Amino acid sequence: MKVCGTVFKYGNDVDTDVIIPARYLNTSSATELAAHCMEDIDKEFVHKVKPGDIMVAGDNFGCGSSREHAPIAIKTSGIALVIANSFARIFYRNSINIGLPILECPEAVAAISAGDTVSCDLAKGVIVDETTGRTFTAEPFPPFIQNIIDKGGLIKSISKN
Amino acid sequence: MGMTMSQKILAAHAHLDSVKAGQLIDAELDMVLGNDITSPVAVKVFEGANAPCICCPEKVSMVMDHFTPNKDIKAAEQVKTVRNFANKYGVKNFFDVGEMGIEHALLPEKGLVGAGDLVIGADSHTCTYGALGAFSTGVGSTDMAAGMMTNKCWFKVPSAIKFVLKNKPAKYICGKDIILHIIGLIGVDGALYKSMEFVGDGIRYLSIDDRFTICNMAIEAGAKNGIFPVDDVTREYLNGRFTREIRAYEADADAEYERTIEVDLSALKPTVAFPHLPENTRTPEAWGDVKIDQVVIGSCTNGHISDLRIAADILRGRKVAKGVRCIVIPATNTIWKQAMHEGLFDVFIDAGAVVSTPTCGPCLGGHMGILAAGERAVATTNRNFVGRMGHVDSEVYLASPYVAAASAVAGKLASPDEI
Repeated sequence: MKVCGTVFKYGNDVDTDVIIPARYLNTSSATELAAHCMEDIDKEFVHKVKPGDIMVAGDNFGCGSSREHAPIAIKTSGIALVIANSFARIFYRNSINIGLPILECPEAVAAISAGDTVSCDLAKGVIVDETTGRTFTAEPFPPFIQNIIDKGGLIKSISKN
Repeated sequence: MGMTMSQKILAAHAHLDSVKAGQLIDAELDMVLGNDITSPVAVKVFEGANAPCICCPEKVSMVMDHFTPNKDIKAAEQVKTVRNFANKYGVKNFFDVGEMGIEHALLPEKGLVGAGDLVIGADSHTCTYGALGAFSTGVGSTDMAAGMMTNKCWFKVPSAIKFVLKNKPAKYICGKDIILHIIGLIGVDGALYKSMEFVGDGIRYLSIDDRFTICNMAIEAGAKNGIFPVDDVTREYLNGRFTREIRAYEADADAEYERTIEVDLSALKPTVAFPHLPENTRTPEAWGDVKIDQVVIGSCTNGHISDLRIAADILRGRKVAKGVRCIVIPATNTIWKQAMHEGLFDVFIDAGAVVSTPTCGPCLGGHMGILAAGERAVATTNRNFVGRMGHVDSEVYLASPYVAAASAVAGKLASPDEI
């Protein structure tokens, strides 16, 4: 699958409390959660994001709480891919499990700027900054995890087994 | 190559003779946990998958602790969803107001988790049970749903960092200072994807409550789990609560550790994490003059009886400073009752503090003590992220119960020997 969109860029240690603050966790409605995504560090995000856009961040993205509401909010807001230097481990699992595409690629993170247009062939992990013309390749997932992604998430992967 | 404590527990539950770091395994679970925030999402996933039943209902626990007693209509609806699910699928370990406590204090207290167990919980602080010699880790709601469906979970076998805790802790030093010191040392991603294994001659001085605090915050260094070996302290706690067999694992002599870090407990000073990351730790000489509006003593990190005793020792015969709200939250009903019988509530109330029913409440900015813009709290909780306890422009300083109680009296961030 190929995605292409505008980049929203954030720094290191973006925690799940800022991705979706706990004051909104009294619902599990994906659209309600998405309406407050990132609001404590970027009030403009929900007004600017368009389906297919891409989030780029530094180290340890999604640290903190285990709330699956965080990747659900990001995915439902329209974000098609998150590229980071590294992901906190529960956020990593949750994203794979619910089918939010994520890639680890420090070279891309260093070179891509907020507002750039970026495209990515998710299956190949090839990231192209269409604004600058530069190309990057993310680390491929281990086959075990690629299988969960290919089957459409954890529940579908265990149901078919 | 030998195995770490964590790897041995994973190998046993995957029915393998040995495992090594990086290996992907499917392992059987002893307990699957969810709370009132994460369970509703898991219920949605479970029902969406048309699963006929829960694989092992006795190995599922659901604790309604975050926004309870229900803080608003939406929170009440979420708990109702989980209550109905528990009734329908025969989850006996469903704990609501009256039976509940903060999940990570409640499950050990009820003997639902213990040494040698493999536990997943849809709450990041599930790593707490490593204090009992369990492999215990936080996951999301989909993993919880899959765990309920299959009683299994996939794991990437973690590598490990060994922390050798040496000597007897200095005065006023407890589990909170030790783990904050370590997070300050290695950073909030210093143990990302790894186990944190705590050994050394110093651990015999650490109570089970200190160990709960230390393992609880392993996630704040990015770790997959934190774990202590099983010793007399563990056995004394498990005795009479945990009815399954105690499986005690020690690391092999040739187990591989990525790093070994020695911590001299006798040299530690009261340690506080300044906003907005748990790694921003400072000792008293660098605290400066931090005026405060609120103190919270409680949470899964520090709501145990020994934490309340520490706070009471500091507050006895003293007054909470005018203009400071001091909120004490025993983690479970059993702890609540014990504190009441020991006369700790008289101390708290005479000092001008309030005592709440068990709840996670203010720790995650839910209810029972939310901060306004510009306000500051000293809290024995576990996270000080932007907006964690309320307004996006408020601040949380993470501290031990000694420091939190002393700060309540001083009206500013203060060490217990200052008052």
